[in-house]
Amino acid sequence: MSMSSNPMLSVQGLTHWYGARLGCRDVSFDLWPGEVLGIVGESGSGKSTLLSCLSCANRPSGGQVLYRDRSGAMVDVHALSEPRQRLLMRTDWGVVHQNPRDGLRMGVSAGANIGERLMAVGARHYGDIRIGAQDWLGRVEIADDRTDDLPRTFSGGMQQRLQIARTLVTHPRLVFMDEPTGGLDVSVQARLLDLLRGLVADLGLSVIIVTHDLAVARLLAHRLMVMKDGTVIESGLTDQVLDDPHHPYTQLLVSSVLQV
Amino acid sequence: MTPIIQVQNLSKSFTLHTQGGVTIPVFSNLSVDVAAGQCVALHGPSGCGKSTLMRTLYANYKPTNGRVVVLHDGAPVDMVSATPRTVLDVRRRTLGYVSQFLRVIPRVPTLDIVAEPLRTWGVGADEARHVAAGLLTRLRIPERLWALAPATFSGGEQQRVNIARGFCAPYPALLLDEPTASLDYANRETVLTLIEEAKARGAAIVGIFHDAPARERVCDNLFEIEAFRSAA
Amino acid sequence: MMDTGYNYAYLDEQTKRMIRRAILKAVAIPGYQVPFAGREMPLPYGWGTGGIQVTAAVIGPNDTLKVIDQGADDTTNAVSIRRFFARTAAVATTEKTTEATVIQTRHRIPETPLGEGQMLIYQVPIPEPLRWMEPRETETRKMHALQEYGVMHVKLYEDIAHYGRIATSYNYPVLVNGRYVMAPSPIPKFDNPKMDRMPALQLFGAGREKRIYAIPPYTRVESLDFDDHPFEVQTWDGACALCGATDSYLDEVVTDDAGGRMFVCSDSDYCGDRRAAGHTGDQGATAADYVRVTEAGQ
Repeated sequence: MSMSSNPMLSVQGLTHWYGARLGCRDVSFDLWPGEVLGIVGESGSGKSTLLSCLSCANRPSGGQVLYRDRSGAMVDVHALSEPRQRLLMRTDWGVVHQNPRDGLRMGVSAGANIGERLMAVGARHYGDIRIGAQDWLGRVEIADDRTDDLPRTFSGGMQQRLQIARTLVTHPRLVFMDEPTGGLDVSVQARLLDLLRGLVADLGLSVIIVTHDLAVARLLAHRLMVMKDGTVIESGLTDQVLDDPHHPYTQLLVSSVLQV
Repeated sequence: MTPIIQVQNLSKSFTLHTQGGVTIPVFSNLSVDVAAGQCVALHGPSGCGKSTLMRTLYANYKPTNGRVVVLHDGAPVDMVSATPRTVLDVRRRTLGYVSQFLRVIPRVPTLDIVAEPLRTWGVGADEARHVAAGLLTRLRIPERLWALAPATFSGGEQQRVNIARGFCAPYPALLLDEPTASLDYANRETVLTLIEEAKARGAAIVGIFHDAPARERVCDNLFEIEAFRSAA
Repeated sequence: MMDTGYNYAYLDEQTKRMIRRAILKAVAIPGYQVPFAGREMPLPYGWGTGGIQVTAAVIGPNDTLKVIDQGADDTTNAVSIRRFFARTAAVATTEKTTEATVIQTRHRIPETPLGEGQMLIYQVPIPEPLRWMEPRETETRKMHALQEYGVMHVKLYEDIAHYGRIATSYNYPVLVNGRYVMAPSPIPKFDNPKMDRMPALQLFGAGREKRIYAIPPYTRVESLDFDDHPFEVQTWDGACALCGATDSYLDEVVTDDAGGRMFVCSDSDYCGDRRAAGHTGDQGATAADYVRVTEAGQ
């Protein structure tokens, strides 16, 4: 992990209201390159709201999200013009949606799904694009012979892996994941988590992952933030939050997890 | 010479909100130093807080107050107040931990589990695996098991994999929680030799040993936790 | 002269001004789709209302109009539109490309190269090249504004993955002036190279979608492709059966119910000129044969 002086993401007082209803309040944290931050909480805790405000899917009611771009300058992402935001989303940032259909083009082959980002930044050699796409299919453990198949012929787990490949192909520096293993079979989840662990380590990604599953958080995240009713009630090292929870709600959450 | 580990006025208690808010005190105002090449045994009856203290040193538990200062890259780092990324960096390169239980990650082969600490030190895959293989051999884990994930191994085998992982990279400081539990005589001897080798290269070691002969062989001091038991 | 009861060229003057303003904007931003307030025309959508509105806005009494449909001057639609303007704009009409100042076309570019001072007006069904991939107009406008064109190459990629080559053979997407990706209307890709740096002004009208776009004279127009799958035009093994041309786009004509067929130039004016100059097809078919055959097929 690099010990550079500026965090990659600096979030200050992030707040969002849906009219009179609180989404999230006063969230502040820094994220460094190579760190995986898990945001856990139950339904309605505000974690998805927080993620959407971080990833520019929503404009927050208050607070700032500062991102260190490749030149080293800290930019306020919500003050960026829409074209620059969209460029950021296509190059430096990536989003892995809970439902892979939200992050894939279902009517276009797997190879084209992965190749699209490459073509969007100027790749113009069909052979190279195809090889690149197949390389990534291999990394997410999808067989080569599925390269020309449509995603709608894939299982849920395969679609999710394809979405991950499509997101990571341009080596984003920061990836947002919203329940990436939600809705998948347990064995498929295990395989996917393992894959994510490996990719995060190999590529040195920074990741912010929202999940309600503490086992997923323990496996993938270096740090955790626990949310309840829109606020962060506890945060720290993942193993410390899960093994020595201090806040009553965190203790309740941890003790509620069924042991197999 | 500055001790590698300096514990200063450490206090720890647990408040169980799910059980009516009862507070369980463990220890208070505990201080101890561990120098390079020294092995300190945490001593006391069952339940007095040996594992709790060890986990607090590792920043796995958060104390109510006090400091745990570890010499990291020549500079003191307080594990209690350090940022998560600093704590993780200390754990990667300075402070190793062999717990009582091996946390099994599905699908990762034993050889890679053991080699991983060296890999985070920047050592190449082949060389790290080579070192890992050497340790697994010394601990008598058959080669045919190296490519398997250790989920189905016996308790003793898992313990030995855990130990191999803990000794793979030459940490300046090591925390060992019952390293010889569930081991037969031969393997126990190997582990004690590994500890002696670590001491010889200057590692500071904190260990919990229920086995008295093992403790007497490798440990230089006994640290009595009972002396710091907090008032209820 | 004008007893039709309509304004000159059918549309009222304010409408023509509005369309001309849209045309000026289109010419200023080559390849960019300018919305315009399309009027109700005396023919349904899908029959050239966009092209007609553009022609009506630019045509004047001194113009000479040619109208072609798939290259031919004598199809029903071409004849109807030509007669429409003859009546409402009192313009001279012609079938000769070289004599026309304004040419309205459906789905072909004349073989005879056009010159400065001529105008080519295309009828366009779907002006948005990204529509096949992105149904939302709000989104496609942003994609054009931000040059998010990766998706166009995805289409070509898919063709190569499935057919081994780029299979798109008409309405082949182009990059205009290095900036906007444009749908050239369903002309065969054979015609794409003619658009590149054409000396004439090219205007495009889509009536149902209410968009106008333009390529000013001498503008760079490049067909999208890959480095290792470069753009190629169609070729035929033979030549036109009537005039022997090997450099024009050939239509396939079925001559009988036993599988007989012949290939003739799609551009009727071009073919006629060649025959008038004495060229014949190697089948020895004459213009008279051609007429006989097509009448027999009625």
